[in-house]
Amino acid sequence: MDDRVILRVGTKILSPFILLFALYVQFHGDYGPGGGFQAGVIFAAAFVLYALVFGLGNAIRVMPPKVAYICGALGVALYLGVGYVAMFRGGEFLNYSYLFGVYGYEHDPTHGQHYGIIGIELGVLTTVFGVMVALFYAFAGRRRIDT
Amino acid sequence: MTETMVQLVDVVLLVLLAITGIAVIRTRNLFAAVMLAGIYSLVSAGLFVVMDAVDVAFTEAAVGAGISTVLLLGTLALVGYKESEPEHTPLLPLFVVLVTGGILVYGTAEIPPFGGADNPAHQHVAAHYLHDSEEEVGHIPNVVTSVLGSYRGYDTMGETAVIFAAMVGVLLLLSRGPLPKRVFHDGRWHTVKPGTTRAEMVAAMESQGPNDPSGDPAPEEDDDG
Repeated sequence: MDDRVILRVGTKILSPFILLFALYVQFHGDYGPGGGFQAGVIFAAAFVLYALVFGLGNAIRVMPPKVAYICGALGVALYLGVGYVAMFRGGEFLNYSYLFGVYGYEHDPTHGQHYGIIGIELGVLTTVFGVMVALFYAFAGRRRIDT
Repeated sequence: MTETMVQLVDVVLLVLLAITGIAVIRTRNLFAAVMLAGIYSLVSAGLFVVMDAVDVAFTEAAVGAGISTVLLLGTLALVGYKESEPEHTPLLPLFVVLVTGGILVYGTAEIPPFGGADNPAHQHVAAHYLHDSEEEVGHIPNVVTSVLGSYRGYDTMGETAVIFAAMVGVLLLLSRGPLPKRVFHDGRWHTVKPGTTRAEMVAAMESQGPNDPSGDPAPEEDDDG
């Protein structure tokens, strides 16, 4: 491992930029191509790259599998949560126009739409990120069976 | 870009796609096949960009060329890099592929021209999305986000749930107990088997002697990339 200096240094330099780019893709999704799904995959790619270069053991120290599983479930919960908040505010399930203001359209509905989309995109990001990392661990964590 | 430029790019990308596809079929080296499949995804992403579907292109490049290539390489590390010789003649598969391909090509005759304003896809709700999303959803210049997040929120919720279900399914099939743990003991990081108690771990470490500080519990095949 120690002889591959370019890979190790390159990964260390690139990783924060990959994570930052993922967040850019996430929050710029309203204005350009991108969104929670793409951002989640890119965010996970940073951890996959780290695991490929520094080994699975070190990657697990940075990102334990349990955290990945919890992320996978948490994202779906966040998505549903946004939907239920809209419901309890008096609108339909996932009708973000009702997210602010108790009597619905008292508030500017596009305000609620904006935050609703940010909320669900964050849920998608969390789920996709967790699932991609968990899938990678599931594949890479298996040992070859020589029979 | 002018019309002929677009057509030229289309032809170049489609020829590349065909060459990659044939190369994937012909190679017996699975490592090369996986790499070519990644290139295939990347070229497809280029085609989607030419067709102005940048969001789809983005996903194809990230998932098809990125993550799935890594997952396939992880699989190859387990099953080996050599494809075994086929046991049957390829005549029946060839027949099935030719018939299916023929049906698909026949079907394209009914597809309306690409980008036509009168196409059925643009007659239903698309016009409403493009015209009214500014007022209804707010100032989101990328209408794809409005449609995915708000108008089609149910669908996206279903997709997120499907991804979660995929994780549950793969973990049920592939995971065999917890992964090896990393434990800090006596000034170093150690890799220990899962399910051992701390006393057992310490005893094992004492007998094991010095541990490689950058120790890598993954099999060697994982590092080949």
